[in-house]
Amino acid sequence: MNKSSNKFRHLVWPLVSLALLLLFNAIFTDNFFKIEVKKQDSAQAVQTPSVPTESPQPGTSWITPENYETVSDSTETAAQTVKDSAGQQAVPEKKDGKGVSIFGYYLYGTPIDILNQGSKVMVLAIGMTLVIATGGIDISVGAVMAIAGAIAALLISMLDAGNCIGAGMGPSVYWIIPVIAALVLATLAGFWNGMLVAGFGIQPMVATLVLMVAGRGVAQLITDGQIITFDNPGLVFLCNGHALFLPFSVWIVIAMYVIACLLTRKTAFGLFIESVGNNERASRYAGIEARRIKWLTYVICGFCAGVAGLLAASNIKCADSNNAGLYLELDAILATVIGGTSMAGGRFFLSGSLVGAILIQTLTTTMYMKNVSPAIVAVPKAMVVIIVCLLQSPVFRAKVLSIFASKAAKGGVQ
Amino acid sequence: MKKFKFPMRYVPISATILVFFIVYLIGIISFENFGSPKVFIDLFVDNAYLGIAAIGTALVILTGGIDLSVGSIIAFTSILIAKMIATGSNALVAIALALVIGILFGMLQGWLIHCFSLPPFLVTLAGMFFIRGCGFIVSEESIGIKNDPVFNFIQNDLTIRLGKGMNIRFIVIVYIIVLIAAIFFSQRTRSGRSIYAIGDNELAATLMGIPVGRTKIMTYTIAGFCSALAGVVYAVYLKAGNPLNCVGLEMDAIAAVVIGGTLLTGGVGYVFGSLFGVLVLGLIQTLIVFDGRINSWWTRIIVGLLVLAFIFMQNLITKISKAKSKSQ
Repeated sequence: MNKSSNKFRHLVWPLVSLALLLLFNAIFTDNFFKIEVKKQDSAQAVQTPSVPTESPQPGTSWITPENYETVSDSTETAAQTVKDSAGQQAVPEKKDGKGVSIFGYYLYGTPIDILNQGSKVMVLAIGMTLVIATGGIDISVGAVMAIAGAIAALLISMLDAGNCIGAGMGPSVYWIIPVIAALVLATLAGFWNGMLVAGFGIQPMVATLVLMVAGRGVAQLITDGQIITFDNPGLVFLCNGHALFLPFSVWIVIAMYVIACLLTRKTAFGLFIESVGNNERASRYAGIEARRIKWLTYVICGFCAGVAGLLAASNIKCADSNNAGLYLELDAILATVIGGTSMAGGRFFLSGSLVGAILIQTLTTTMYMKNVSPAIVAVPKAMVVIIVCLLQSPVFRAKVLSIFASKAAKGGVQ
Repeated sequence: MKKFKFPMRYVPISATILVFFIVYLIGIISFENFGSPKVFIDLFVDNAYLGIAAIGTALVILTGGIDLSVGSIIAFTSILIAKMIATGSNALVAIALALVIGILFGMLQGWLIHCFSLPPFLVTLAGMFFIRGCGFIVSEESIGIKNDPVFNFIQNDLTIRLGKGMNIRFIVIVYIIVLIAAIFFSQRTRSGRSIYAIGDNELAATLMGIPVGRTKIMTYTIAGFCSALAGVVYAVYLKAGNPLNCVGLEMDAIAAVVIGGTLLTGGVGYVFGSLFGVLVLGLIQTLIVFDGRINSWWTRIIVGLLVLAFIFMQNLITKISKAKSKSQ
């Protein structure tokens, strides 16, 4: 295949899939694209929502303008509950939803919700993309998420009880401490993975398997096997608050994406990653510190997992060591692969990974809106994954081409 | 004078057996009744399904691949059997259907992996999602198997009673038969040896004329069968089916295989080792149950550490043997 002149060629398939999905929604789902700008009612006036007359279907009556005040709160929790019932024990706790809003305006709507719910996978996918680009893989991110959430929840509960240094700063400030602790711990976990992979030369899949198996045990050790809940406004704000019209989590994703792009495309780091992924030995002979580059990608991936863990904990206001981030490593890998990054390493597309993550989340949300049971969502998801992988597989393309163009078949596609 | 040299390839499996006996010894020293034969037999009864699943996983790992769909297939087959029996089908028909689905599903995965050279990791990952979802389509609730003649027959008449409450249940016998068959297959048949050749170096195996595609697809088919059989055994063991069963069991199976001395990159190891890997996992769990003070999450940490130790050992052995072959 020729070197693609088009810079965005890798984005074609994921974007086409996403467009098809959105088209489907535009036709078959009411109010899918309806985005409402609503002013936050700071006085918390008496909510007099006009309850929709038709029986509320969980999917279609999501966040309609009439009932957004109550429904957005309750259905968001309900959606979370439904989603979580696949494997997580949701905490049926009513969200107060009154996070800090800078201009006092929110954007409401399904697309916004997709972005908010998909933020975890998007953050994970950024780190995963870099790791996969070096020819590695990190299957421990789900467990690292659980660890990060666990330490954050533990510290915030200690701070709330006044048992920890810094409790004097007041709840509006001291939530920084658990956030930093979680990020540090997650980065250390990434460092550990990097040490095994780059330091000791163990196969990435195997090396990260260790933390994947043991990580949830560590998380449970931290929380003493409990599900720790918290309601610190600062910590809850991370995934439930809004800033500058958008959910705050979306801003986190944007910030991390911009940083990652600058780091990889404006410095030589990205080039080094691709070089190591292409041929580690050749890169080493060319004077690139291949080990250090690989190590660094795992550290970054650990950090991203920490952020995702905080978002996950913040979203449901608790740290559930057993279920936080369960299977999210798989979603992150899928997002990366859908985005055109080769599992063999050597090239990576951060933007593609984000599109992949949005695609996965859109698919999931579409299913929910069509009243598909959350457990069954896995079936179409798996089929989409296989189809996208097939479309990207050169062997499959060659075979399909050989069917369509009989001349090519004579040319001998093996 | 030539010293007796212990073959390098037996080191990991010997270490596994050693670990097993050490853990067992710790149990016997710490707890009064740990050494009773009932505990030992229950070890097999409680882990028969994991053992059968680990056999398939071991074969797949030996080819250098990986199978992540194990736990989901177990959940699917167990719920399928329970649902079919609940709706009035014959249990034998249900079991046969479950096994056939497992075989076909494994074959499909192998076909996708080989024919389109997709990464095994991704295909079986998608397979895991897919079949788990299918389980939920069958039923979202747990279904019990009550008063089924076939299951009662298996439960009552096919159990070897040794007295004193010691019962070797039929599922243990199934496990041992499958294990012996798998050991024979991997060590003594042409296809079995091909698995090792492919796992060691796929390109070399292709050049040698080994039917790589056929062997790989066959291996994934066997893995699918093993998973389905594990699901049947699980249904017999619990007398129930639940689509939420065995979440993450694939990781236990992989851990058992690694602890059993199989190299995760393929080509090195023994199916026999998976037996001891499973037994070590089971022993650790039993120990923690016996103790009662330690929390169960230590299981995961200890298993993780064991996996790490074995990975390090494998790495060391690989390096030593490489250095040896270079110096020769």
